[in-house]
Order: sequence, then C-alpha cells, then structure tokens
Amino acid sequence: MLKSTSTIAALLMSATPLMASAQVIDVKITNLTQGIYFTPILATAHSPEYSLFQAGQMASPELQAMAEGGDIAGLVSIADSIGASSQANPAGGLLAPASYTMVTDWDTGTNTALTVVAMLLPTNDGFVGLNSWTIPEQAGTYTVYLNGYDAGTEANDEIVNGGGMPGAPGIPANPGGNGGMGATGVIAEEVNTMIHIHPGNVGDSDPEGGMSDLDSRIHRWLNPVAKLTVTVK
Amino acid sequence: MNNYLVSGLAIATSLALAGCGGSSNNSASTQDTDMDMTPVYEYQVTVVNLTAAQPFSPLAVVLHGSDQMLWRIGEAASDGIEMMAESGDNSVLLDAVAGLPVSAGAGIIMPGTSETVMISTEDMAMMRLTATTMLVNTNDAFAGVNSVDISALANNESMTWYLNTYDAGTEFNSETAASIPGPAGGGEGFSAIRDDVMNKISRHPGLVTQADDSMSALSPWHRFDSIVGKVTVTRMN
Repeated sequence: MLKSTSTIAALLMSATPLMASAQVIDVKITNLTQGIYFTPILATAHSPEYSLFQAGQMASPELQAMAEGGDIAGLVSIADSIGASSQANPAGGLLAPASYTMVTDWDTGTNTALTVVAMLLPTNDGFVGLNSWTIPEQAGTYTVYLNGYDAGTEANDEIVNGGGMPGAPGIPANPGGNGGMGATGVIAEEVNTMIHIHPGNVGDSDPEGGMSDLDSRIHRWLNPVAKLTVTVK
Repeated sequence: MNNYLVSGLAIATSLALAGCGGSSNNSASTQDTDMDMTPVYEYQVTVVNLTAAQPFSPLAVVLHGSDQMLWRIGEAASDGIEMMAESGDNSVLLDAVAGLPVSAGAGIIMPGTSETVMISTEDMAMMRLTATTMLVNTNDAFAGVNSVDISALANNESMTWYLNTYDAGTEFNSETAASIPGPAGGGEGFSAIRDDVMNKISRHPGLVTQADDSMSALSPWHRFDSIVGKVTVTRMN
C-alpha cells in the first residue's frame, strides 16, 4: 500500500542532497518457470518509506490493475509522484518462461529501495513481487529470489475469457496457447482478500472442459518464480 | 595443526625418495619435492535426500572453474543432463567433464538417507562445485547445486546449500507409468525425443499426481516442493 502524502514526498525530495550518494546498478530479471509468462515488468527504485504492495495488506487499485490485467501505468504514476527512478517494461512486452531481461547502468539516484512487480500469466491475479528491497551500498553482485503473490482481488477461477480489467472475472490470456477451454471454474470467490503468497494454479488435463482452462502439467509452479541479479557498481 | 601436517609431508617425501632406489639424481629429487609441496584441496560432500518419496539417482559431483556451468536456466540441456534427468544414468554427464575432478555416487540415495563422497583438486581455479541427481519418480526432474563457490572454505570448515529442483525441458511431464523410470512407474527412462513445453531448462513446476488428475501414475506422496535436499561441503585439509 502506498503510504505517502504529497507533503512527505516534498520533504523527502528536499532532503535528498543530504542522503547517500547516487548508485548505478545493473539488474537481471530471470523468469524461472516452465510455463508462466511475466507481463510488462515495473522495476522502480524509491525511498524506503514507501511500499507498492505488502503481503497481508489490501492491494491498491493500481496494484490490482497490474495483477489482474498486466497494466502498470497506475503504478508508474505512483512511482513518479514519490520521486522514484523507474524502469517500465524493460523486456518490451512479455517475458517468456526461462527467459531474462536486463536493465544496465541504471542510475537510481538517492533511491535506496528496489521494488519489482509483474503479472503472472496465465493467472487470475497472480504477480511476481519484490517489495522495497534495500539496494546494498557496497559494490558487488547480489542474488535475490522472488515469490509469486496473489493480489487477493479476484477469485482464481482459472477461466481464460479475456477478463483483464480490474473487477472482471477470468484470466485475460494464455500466451502459450497450451491450455484448454470451456472450464466450469475452480472457485467462485476469493478466499483471502489481502495480498498473500499465491497458492498456485490447479489446472487439469481436459482441453475441452473440466474445472480449469489451464494445464495442470504446464501451468503450475513452485516458488521462487524469478531470480534477480543486482550488480552494484 | 599446520606444523604437524607440514612435518608429516616432509617425512612422507623422504620415505618416498628413499624408496626410489639409486636411480634418482639431485635434479629429479628437487622436482619430486616441488610436486609433493603442491597442496591438494580435499573436500567431503554429503548429500541428504529431504523428499517424502523421491529416490535420488547416483550423484554426480564436479569441481570446475568459475566460467563453467553444467546447466543454465533458459538454455537447452546438454545430452548428459538429459540422460541423467530422464533415466538417472549420469555416465554421459561424467564423460563430458572427464578432464575435471569428478566424484560419482555409489548408488541410489533413498528418501531420508544421505551419501558422502570425497573430491579433491590441486587447482585453485577449480573452486566451483556442482552436484546433481535425478528425482527418479518423475519424467525429467533433477536436483542440484549449480556452481557454488567453495574457495573461501578453510580447513575443517563447512558450507551448506539446499538442492533446488529443475526441469530438464527434454520430456513432457505426462506422469504416465510408461514414462517414469523410478519404482512408481517402472517405465522408460531415456528417450532422445525432446517433447517438453520448451527445450529449455527451468525450475520444476511440481507434480500433479493422482490426487488431482487420474491421468497420473504418481501418488500424492511423490510430490515435492522447490527444495528437495541438502548438500554440505567440508574442507578436509
């Protein structure tokens, strides 16, 4: 949840000349899964007072839009409003399973906390997340593993119906085209409306029916779902 | 401790020279001494199987340089990784790294048990350790530690890592009995056909089992999480 006010943001920005010197980093983001795509990624370096999401808290509307439909525009606006340095959509679209994308020579300014989010597709409201990780001051290469979260804003019915707008049920798309259709739905209501670790997709092996449009042999995952390699220069 | 080791080595050297007979001259004995002074770094590697019901195929343990990896997420599996991950046979993998310090496990590591092997090198550049094994009640799941740095270990020190679970990307996770080489299936191991979702190594998505789908020959207890084992490396000298 965003905890800022414009007053706090203004104070922080005025204080920045007194804070730590600017850091330049490389960030490599690897999708570790076999069958899950990442929608456009937002990587943003910000002041540690802020969080774009926190497990156990309710998702903001902006986070919901990212987790249900892959739309990071709202989160980018929030980041801009708090003086963050952002990398929006570094992969230039979907990041396929077992692929990586790089951000190089990223001058994060005086922002010392790193947040990374992207929707997991195909899921209803799953996202890969790193929340306000402290960028080390010492030069070196650091590895961070990221888990899959559930935004808690939509039932995981696992029906691929194009529903990507916030509040619209269903999964917007299955980019791999390797699932089914005509599912009756796994569950009709979200059981935990706070952000939580995603329980995983269920799927089935029925291409023309069953409870899920996802394939149980392809669209499950075990955490972690992503690996972040951060090089502080 | 160090003094004791040094003097022990000196005695061993003189005994070895004494045993050579009268043929050695001064220059030869100088060479011998130099060779004996080359330190050998010896490591004890213990792998524990932490799964409920996934026997590990015989271990392959390799020491290598920091620029080498036996597998990489996102790349196609080598023939050696494919063979091991589909059938449990690590011979092709070990052949491929024949010039490096290697150690092969003696046999299957059952759930809840462990195996210890020794591995050594004289080469300071060979300080990355890779250990890998197949989860035999799967299509092409393998576990391992991938190129971990052991160069900082002092004598008698240990480091521990958990074994992550990978999918070789070489065989579709059908979970049919005919395709599972372990006791849960008794089917085919290696097949040269690569018919997985993609011909790339990834983390393993986990098993479905009969609990969720009758098409699977596997039982609920064959499931595993992302961590399936533990490896402890101890420097011995």
